[in-house]
Amino acid sequence: MSFVEYSDVIQDGDVAIVYLGIDSTMPIKVQKGAQTQTRYGVIRHSTDLIGQRYGSKVTCSKGGWVHVLHPTPELWTVSLPHRTQILYTTDIATITMMLELKPGSVVCESGTGSGSLSHAILRTIAPTGHLHTVEFHQQRAEKVAEEFKEHRVDHLVTVRNQDVCKDGFGVTGVADAVFLDIPSPWEAVRHAKTALKRQGGRVCSFSPCIEQVQKTCQALMDQGFEELSSVEVLLRVHDVRVVSMPLPDFGPDPSAPPGPDSRGEAPNHASISLKTTTPPREIPGHTGYLTFATKPRT
Amino acid sequence: MADNGDEDSEYRIKVGDCVVLKRGDIFKAMQIQLGKKVIFEKQWIFLDKAVGQLYSTTFDIVSGGNLLPQKPKNADDASDAKEAGTDNRNIVDDGKSQKLTRDDIETLKEQGLKGQEIIQQLIDNSSTFRDKTEYAQDKYIKKKKKKYENTVTILKPSCRILAMMYHGREPGKICHLRYDTLAQMLTLGNVHAGSKVLVFETCAGLVLGSVMERMGGYGSVIQMYPGGGPVRAGMESFGFPAHFHDTLHEFPICHVNALLAGTLDTTDKHSSAVEKQSDQDKEKEQNQPKAEQAGEQQDGPEDPNMETVTAEEARVEKEKKEKEKRKEAKAQEKRMKLAAAVAQLEGRNADGLIIASRFHPSSVVMGLLKFLAPSRPFVIYSQYREALIECFTKLKEHGGTVNVRLTDTWLRHYQVLPNRTHPLLLMSGGGGYLLSGTTVATDTAKPSGSQRVEEPAAKRQKLTDTEG
Repeated sequence: MSFVEYSDVIQDGDVAIVYLGIDSTMPIKVQKGAQTQTRYGVIRHSTDLIGQRYGSKVTCSKGGWVHVLHPTPELWTVSLPHRTQILYTTDIATITMMLELKPGSVVCESGTGSGSLSHAILRTIAPTGHLHTVEFHQQRAEKVAEEFKEHRVDHLVTVRNQDVCKDGFGVTGVADAVFLDIPSPWEAVRHAKTALKRQGGRVCSFSPCIEQVQKTCQALMDQGFEELSSVEVLLRVHDVRVVSMPLPDFGPDPSAPPGPDSRGEAPNHASISLKTTTPPREIPGHTGYLTFATKPRT
Repeated sequence: MADNGDEDSEYRIKVGDCVVLKRGDIFKAMQIQLGKKVIFEKQWIFLDKAVGQLYSTTFDIVSGGNLLPQKPKNADDASDAKEAGTDNRNIVDDGKSQKLTRDDIETLKEQGLKGQEIIQQLIDNSSTFRDKTEYAQDKYIKKKKKKYENTVTILKPSCRILAMMYHGREPGKICHLRYDTLAQMLTLGNVHAGSKVLVFETCAGLVLGSVMERMGGYGSVIQMYPGGGPVRAGMESFGFPAHFHDTLHEFPICHVNALLAGTLDTTDKHSSAVEKQSDQDKEKEQNQPKAEQAGEQQDGPEDPNMETVTAEEARVEKEKKEKEKRKEAKAQEKRMKLAAAVAQLEGRNADGLIIASRFHPSSVVMGLLKFLAPSRPFVIYSQYREALIECFTKLKEHGGTVNVRLTDTWLRHYQVLPNRTHPLLLMSGGGGYLLSGTTVATDTAKPSGSQRVEEPAAKRQKLTDTEG
């Protein structure tokens, strides 16, 4: 198992994702002899997990069952323990494509936070790329470095505990892409420029507030970045369901021909069944604005 | 800093490269060929002068349709303090403020004035320009630039650029797949280097190319295709290095059922109806009855007793035989390719399934889902929500999937300028819908650790001529 390569069978030391239901997942560190509590009962790692195929159904002690899935960055994003607000798959997917990430890309990122985007980047740039990620909070930096190791992706990433606005990313002229998710991204734009390859590259800044976006765009223009583009992407989920809609009773229709069992009785309890989708009651209406730009050759 | 030629060689435009021409928001993919006139935004141009230049260079289009690299930009004139008004209360839009006529502008163009110079002429001859607010002046200049600047930028293709191009230019060819939806597909499908991805698309090859870009030449991609042959134009526009094509396989869907049933035999000389059909078409063109060729093949070396055979006839014989050999070699290659695709598929252990087509998605996914290993993602795109509602229902009934979600994305662009920040006035009405999920082991799946039982040889049947 690794977050950048699939395997078929669950092994001791793997990180697996337990799928309990829609919007209900849980990461598990597989360990011989260990047990994990779920609302359906206990999962015993040695008998229920180790040696089983990923994707298997596991019956828990109380009788209910769950599925055990191979980890992916997308499953990790919805299961990981939050240390900060994280980026979700919708924004991550947009960032990945707009930064033109692919195997071999060298990426600089700050702040690392809880590592949600980091895992997605690592998956995309493997096996030959590298991620330089900067986190100014010491404990968060240590925690995420630990996770990279457990997830068997540490060879693809360097974590630096420093302030990107003061000290930059720790590398110069090597990055194909830079990503900023910090409170004052305009202060890091010049460091982004330094970290990017001389021949050019892409930059993205994520900010919840429009004022931050304005300041960042100004800084990007001042530093000679081109092709500025600010967007927001929102996910809409459609819940599929069958709904039943009753038919109105307008009373007996005198002009209608008599039916087989109509003895002047009005039709009742008639309804139409529809297969349709409904939106959830509340949806995330805003995560942040994504600003992209291109650094030209310098 | 002097350019080190070697260091930059991969950033230079070469003959034969697949590139994308860009002006503003207009993109067009093409190939660099010498001496070839190409059309871009109603202009005929030659790309010859671009060879050897760096990618992302912007060129002026000069007389004759040739390209001239632009000099580095000077400081914008807009940064100089200009005379400007405060609001438009006294500006009357009577269409008479521009003193230059259409003919005047044409004359300027013919005189060879550059875009920037024409714009300056327009400003100088506008009676209302200096009354406009600074912002209105900016907007005016931007608008004129769009109209009169005669430039083109040459870009290296990427998924981002090609997806935006297709969506802007020919959305019908890609089932109206918007680029952010494509981005979601690639991520939800966990497309990454080293995996084995099945792709079924009718998006001109754009989805295929995007998947291949994210695989980086590692792993394998099997393109399942309807009809006579896989469509790859969009993929070719990416300009992948040759070795990427080694990871690409194709498999005609007309054989899916046979493959799943274990009855597909790729060693048959007249292997697939597909190849046979195209062979027969070619034969009709050449107007040679098959029997005659078969008869000739059984001939040994030319009968030495036939002294009456003329040199001419012998040469024609030889040509026929060579043609026959080439045909056979081609057919053999096709059979090998089919066998290679079958080898990839028959293990039913693909890592991902991406579907984006005009075909009804339920039928497609029910047919192809069986090729996926358990705990692997699948993503289905459709322009229409109802088609995916049906698909969702079928998947739920069939079982073997979890985390199935029907989604779409809402994309909004912003103009960010000091005191003029707002969402853009127009936005995309829709970018299509996605149904995504993960496979799980079905209850009939074999227990972990056991090997898949080999298909007994007797079960295989040669494809008969009547099939297909």
